[in-house]
Amino acid sequence: MKILSLIRIAIRALQRNKLRAFLTMLGIIIGVGAVIAMVAIGQGSKKSIQDQLSSMGSNMITIRPNSNQTPGGGARLDQSTVQSLTLADIKAIQSQAQYINAVSPAVQGRGQVINGALNWPTTMQGVSPDFLTIRNWPLKEGAPFGDADVNAAAKVCLIGQTVVDNVFDAGDDPVGKTIRFNKIPFKIIGVLQSKGENAFGQDQDDILLAPYSTVQKRILAIPYIQTIYASSTNSETSEPATAELSQILRASHKLTNSDQDDFSVRTQAELINTFSSTSQLLTVLLTAIASISLLVGGIGIMNIMYVSVTERTKEIGLRMSIGARGIDILMQFLIEAIVISITGGILGVMLGLLASKLITVFLSWPTLVSEYSIVLSFVVCAVTGIFFGYYPAQKASRLDPIEALRYE
Amino acid sequence: MEIHDLKREFLMGSEIVRALKGVSFSVEQGEFVTIMGSSGSGKTTLLNILGCLDKPTIGTYLLDNVDIKKLSRNELAQLRNRKIGFVFQSYNLLARTSAIENVELPLLYNSTITTTQRHQMAMKALEAVRLSDRLDHLPNQLSGGQQQRVAIARALVNEPVMILADEATGNLDSRTSYEIMALFQELNRQGRTIVFVTHEPDIAAFSSRTITLKDGHIIKDSKNENIRSAKDMLSALPVTEDYQNNA
Repeated sequence: MKILSLIRIAIRALQRNKLRAFLTMLGIIIGVGAVIAMVAIGQGSKKSIQDQLSSMGSNMITIRPNSNQTPGGGARLDQSTVQSLTLADIKAIQSQAQYINAVSPAVQGRGQVINGALNWPTTMQGVSPDFLTIRNWPLKEGAPFGDADVNAAAKVCLIGQTVVDNVFDAGDDPVGKTIRFNKIPFKIIGVLQSKGENAFGQDQDDILLAPYSTVQKRILAIPYIQTIYASSTNSETSEPATAELSQILRASHKLTNSDQDDFSVRTQAELINTFSSTSQLLTVLLTAIASISLLVGGIGIMNIMYVSVTERTKEIGLRMSIGARGIDILMQFLIEAIVISITGGILGVMLGLLASKLITVFLSWPTLVSEYSIVLSFVVCAVTGIFFGYYPAQKASRLDPIEALRYE
Repeated sequence: MEIHDLKREFLMGSEIVRALKGVSFSVEQGEFVTIMGSSGSGKTTLLNILGCLDKPTIGTYLLDNVDIKKLSRNELAQLRNRKIGFVFQSYNLLARTSAIENVELPLLYNSTITTTQRHQMAMKALEAVRLSDRLDHLPNQLSGGQQQRVAIARALVNEPVMILADEATGNLDSRTSYEIMALFQELNRQGRTIVFVTHEPDIAAFSSRTITLKDGHIIKDSKNENIRSAKDMLSALPVTEDYQNNA
């Protein structure tokens, strides 16, 4: 018997009981829709984390001081009080490193920005001109400070958009104006392009950037530096760059082989991996939950196929008496189950796409529908249909035509 | 068709029930045979075997020179498909399926027939039962007699060697029964072999030969010298609209 006429017979049989066919499909529809939407949420959050991390500067390497283990034991110090990084380290990196194309010291202090009657608490970060390259951070207007400003500890700053919004009236041009940060006047020479929130939910635009020397001397009065930002020449060299930095810093800090690092080197790649594996886990969990609903949908199909076989025992008997072989009956019911599951699959994919869209629109969660999740749910649907449709179909094909004909 | 010393035994629990205890007869092409008998006489069992739905325990059954005992389940299905047409008491039409599609059904299981051929053959069969104006009617839109005629068309469509009717008039009133019997007689005149199982002697009078079964044995096998014409019986009744075109 031809496959096309089998499909036609299956559709005809399902049309006889439209509501029942739809309710049976509903299990599959919800299952597939859930898988697609869940995977879309997982993939979307993964993608948005990756995007945000790379917007922070994908080749960025961060070096922070680390409390080292003192040989005699004793209490380990809090990271922020360790003063192991110095400007000498920066010089050593600049002169020795091969895989590093930019390096910047960083010191930061919190304080109140005042402009006339308006004020705002924010962070002033002291950096070198390279910092903008490392962070991949362009200016919206104005010009960056240069080495001359660093050498002179000039009272100039670049201002973040959030600070502009809070201490300037709308329409005011901040460039060229003077604001006070902790009572010290700073001339604004440029406005930073808005970067929005980072992956941790911090507002990256709530910041003032000034030469590190200015912040060290005029704000914090410290000789050491708190953080070193560097960027590797490209994303492939971030690993050798990390190793190289460790080596240079160990030499610069005169650490012996038995000493632990008194600093830590972190790359964006590590962060990306951490977040990716977290969202990967999330995706797996969501998919597992959704798969269970697909399984339940499959059991629904099996149940209704059994009912259908019993109901149509007489039809099966008739078909057998006019020449249907067991395999013809088996195929008829199997194809009916597959038609249910595939139709459910198609509707489920549409539901999943719609749900993903609605989630993005109404909850503003990022979603990303991947082709593989569509293909996968489709295959799973077909397999579900075959798997759960087979036993009822086999039962039908093994009926004795004489008894089936006499069945009431 | 030839049957020799046919026996069929069933195992019911621990007891062996002998439904047929040695039945022999043969049916020639073009005969119209009725098999009579009260319930329990074994006529249903015999019909199942004649229809290749069941195999004899002992004995041989040759249909068109094929010994069905040697055939597998699938081969039997094919034999039913090509050589036998069934007509049932309760019509057994597929619900919510049009008359023409019901008639096409046996041909669906014959892969040597194309879609166009199938349609033409079904049309021809429906014409033979004078229902060519009811092609797209669903079974529930047809009267009992019309439904049975669709069923007969379905039995005819594959050009069978033999049409097997199981109490084909059992659900019909006497007028419609005569209509159906007239149709069978007409088909018989066209050369078709018909085996008709019934318990009504009234119906048996329309056939050319009657085999009477009792307790698994043939007690009577007689040629019917005085065949009644169902058409004459019908014309003796007041004419109805439904059968005007057939009369």
